Amino acid sequence: MSVARDIITVAAVPAGVFFFFAGTVGLLRFPDTLTRLHALSKADNLGLGFVVLGLLPQTGGLRDGLKLISIWMFVLLAGATVSQLIARAARQSGSGR
Amino acid sequence: MTEFLTTAVGLILAMLGLGLVSILRGPADADRMMAAQLIGTAGIAVLLLIGTVTGVPAAVDVALILALLATFASIAFVKKGLSRLETDGAGPGEDR
Repeated sequence: MSVARDIITVAAVPAGVFFFFAGTVGLLRFPDTLTRLHALSKADNLGLGFVVLGLLPQTGGLRDGLKLISIWMFVLLAGATVSQLIARAARQSGSGR
Repeated sequence: MTEFLTTAVGLILAMLGLGLVSILRGPADADRMMAAQLIGTAGIAVLLLIGTVTGVPAAVDVALILALLATFASIAFVKKGLSRLETDGAGPGEDR
C-alpha cells in the first residue's frame, strides 16, 4: 500500500514540476501577451494540480487531503477569473497584439 | 521520499527565479503581473511540498493565505488599469 502511494507521488510531482517549467519558459519565450497568458494558465492549473495530486497520498488524513484539494480549487477559480481580467486589461491598453 | 520531494522544491524554486527574470524584462505591465501570478502559484506549490516534507501542517495554511493575496494583487492591478482608462476619457467600464 505504501509502495502504491509512493508510485503516485513519484509520477505526479515531476509532472507538476514539468508544467511549472513549461509555464515559466512560455512566459519568457512566447511572443505576445495573450500567448504568455495561455502558458501561465497551464502552469497555474495543471502544475499545481499535479503537485497536489502527488501530495494527496502522503497526507495524514481526510481533512488534510480535502484542504489540499480546496486550495487547488481556489487557485483554479481565481486563476480563471484573473486570466479573463488581465486579458481584458491588456486588450484595452493596446498591448494585446 | 523526503529527498525526492526536496528535489522537487529545489526545481520549482529555480522556476521561481526564472519568473523573477520575467518580471524584470516583461515588456508590458500585464506581463509583469502574469509573472507575479506565476510566482504566487509556484510559491503555493513550494509551501505545500515543504509542509509535507517537514510535517508542519501550518505551511498549508500559509499557502492558502498566499493564494488569497496573489488573487487580490492581480485584481488590484486590473482595477487600477480600469480606473486609469476611465480618467483618460475612455468611458466607464461596462461592469463593475
